[in-house]
Amino acid sequence: MTEDVVISTRDLTRHFRVGGGFLGGPARVVRAVDGVTLDIRARETFALVGESGCGKTTLGRVMLRLQEPTSGTVAYRGTDLTGLDEGAMNALRKKLQIVFQDPYASLNPRMRVGEILAEPLRSHGFGSSAEIRERSAELLEMVGLRRQYLRNYPHQFSGGQRQRIGIARALANGPDFVVCDESVSALDVSIQAQVLNLLADLQDQLKLTYLFITHDLAVVRQFADRVGVMFLGQLVEVGRTEELFAAPLHPYTMLLMEAVPRPDPHQRGRDRPILTGEIPSPMNLPPGCRFHTRCPFARDICRVEDPALQERGGRTVACHFPLNG
Amino acid sequence: MTSPSAPLPADAIEALEEASFLRDTVRAFRKNRMAMVGLAFVLLLVLGAVFAPWISPHDPYRVALDEQLLPASTTYWLGTDNFGRDVLTRILYGARISLVVGIVPSLISLMIGTMMGILSGYLGGRTDFVVMRLADMMIAFPSLLLAMVVMYTLGANLLNIFIALALVGWASVARVVRSQTLALREKEFIEAARANGTARITVMLRHIFPNVVPTLIVLFTLAIPEAIMWESSLSFLGVGVQPPEASWGLLVAKGKEYMFQAPAVAIAPGVAILLTVLAFNFIGDGLRDALDPSMKD
Repeated sequence: MTEDVVISTRDLTRHFRVGGGFLGGPARVVRAVDGVTLDIRARETFALVGESGCGKTTLGRVMLRLQEPTSGTVAYRGTDLTGLDEGAMNALRKKLQIVFQDPYASLNPRMRVGEILAEPLRSHGFGSSAEIRERSAELLEMVGLRRQYLRNYPHQFSGGQRQRIGIARALANGPDFVVCDESVSALDVSIQAQVLNLLADLQDQLKLTYLFITHDLAVVRQFADRVGVMFLGQLVEVGRTEELFAAPLHPYTMLLMEAVPRPDPHQRGRDRPILTGEIPSPMNLPPGCRFHTRCPFARDICRVEDPALQERGGRTVACHFPLNG
Repeated sequence: MTSPSAPLPADAIEALEEASFLRDTVRAFRKNRMAMVGLAFVLLLVLGAVFAPWISPHDPYRVALDEQLLPASTTYWLGTDNFGRDVLTRILYGARISLVVGIVPSLISLMIGTMMGILSGYLGGRTDFVVMRLADMMIAFPSLLLAMVVMYTLGANLLNIFIALALVGWASVARVVRSQTLALREKEFIEAARANGTARITVMLRHIFPNVVPTLIVLFTLAIPEAIMWESSLSFLGVGVQPPEASWGLLVAKGKEYMFQAPAVAIAPGVAILLTVLAFNFIGDGLRDALDPSMKD
C-alpha cells in the first residue's frame, strides 16, 4: 500500500458553519467530510460515488486544498499539503489538477481559448510567449481540437468541446493527479463516451492518476479501478470495481446499485429492495451508524454504535453486518 | 467558428488576436446605430462647449436689464434669462463645466469603488469587513452634508467638487461591485485559476474585473446625470459653481424661479441634461455589447 501512493488522506474533515453570527443564535455545523482516510495509488482511477450532498465534491476540493481542511491531513507523494504556505502550495499545483463539472461555468467567457490555456503556463513560468503559444496549441491537439481554436471564445464551442478545453487546461503543466469532478455528467451520453475515452487515453499517455467523482455507476463500472462509496461525509466501502459491483459489502452500496435502472424488462424484478427515505441532515446526524435510518438490515447495535472501517479480504467496509461476507 | 485552414505560426496568431479584438469591438460598436447617434451627440456637445466663444454671438455674462426673460426669437434662439443673457449661449458655456463635472468624478468614484469592491469581495475576511464598514459610513452619512463639509473646508472650486463627489459616490459602486465579485468568486473558472496557482492579483485583474465591466458601464451612465445634479445642488447651496459662471444644474436651479414667465430658461438646460444622459446611455449600451464576446457573431 505504501509504495506509489500519490494522494493519501488521514482522518480528513471539512466542516462548514451554517447560520449563527451576530444575532443568529448559535452556529450549526455541517460535517461535509467527516474523517476520510484514503490512499490513491499511482496511475489508478479511483472513483468516488454517492448521492448528492454526501461530500464527494468537497472531499475532492479539500484534497487539492481549494478548500482548507478543518482537521486531518492530505499528503501528495509524502508531502503534507496541509502544512504548506501559499507559495509552496501554488508551486505544487502544477502536479495537482481538476476538471470541473460544468463546461459552461468553468471557462471565463471573456477570455480566448489561447489565453485560458496560457494562464496556467504563465503562472508557473513556462517560458517565452511564443513557447507558451506553441504549448497551448499542442494541448489543444492533445485533446483532439484544432490549434486554430486558440483564437476562439468559449461560447463558440459545444459542451463536449468546452470540456476538452477544460481538460487541456488541467494538463497544461503536466499534472500527476487529476480530480475529475462530475466531469462528464453535464454531457450527452454519446459525448460522454468520447470524453471518457479521451481521459483514458490521456491517462495511459501521461501516466495520470484520477480521482473520479461521479454519481453515475455505469461510468464507474467502465472506467474505474477502485471505488469508494461515500455516505454523509464518510467512506462506507472501498474496493476494486469488479469485486464491489459483484458483491457489495455495505447495504448502502447494494441499494445504490439496485437504484440503477435496468434496461432489460425481464430482469426488472418487482421486489428488489429500493433505497427509501431521506438522507439524514448532515447538521443533525443520527446516533450510531449514519445509515441505520434507511438500512433494511439495521439492528439494535446499529442505532447505538458507529461502525469503524474494517478490512475484509482486501476490501474495507464500515458496517456491523456486512453483506456477502 | 473558424473554418479549417492551414496552421498559422504562433506569433502570427498572436498578432492577429491583438489586432482583431480591438477591430471586432470597434466594428460591433459601429454597427449599433443608437450608440453612434449618442457618440455623435456627445462629440457635438464637446465641440460646442470648446468653441462656444466662436459659435455664439452673445456674451454669457453680459447683463441687459431691458432684455429680461424675452421669448425665443431669431436673435435669442431660446430667449433670455432674468438678467437678459442668452439662454442658449449659457447652455453652451454650462456644458463646459457640466460635462467635466459629470464625467470626471464619476470616473474617479468608479475607479475607487471598483478597486474597493473587488478587493473586498474577493479577499473577504478582515479586508471585506473594513471596506464595507467604511462604505456603510459613507452611505449612512448624509451625502449632501458630507459634500458641503468638503466644499466649505477646501473651498468652492472645480477640483474640490471632484473630491466631494468621488467621496460620496465610491461607496455605492463598491457595494455593487462587491456583490458581483462574490457571485463570480464561486464560478468554476475562478476555481480553475486558483487550482492553477494563479496569483490572487491576476485572478482579480484578469478574471473578475473583465466580468464586472458591463456593470461598471451601466453604473457609469447612471453616475453622470447624478453628478450633474449633485453639482447643481451644491451650486444652489452656494458651495459649488459660483454665479455668474454657468453650469446646467445652476441654470435649472436659478431658472425654475421664472418657470411661469419664461419656462425655457429652466427647461432648456434640463433638456440638455436629459439628452446628454440619453446619449451616454446609448454609448454605454453599445460599449457593453461590443465588449461582450458572445454578442459579436
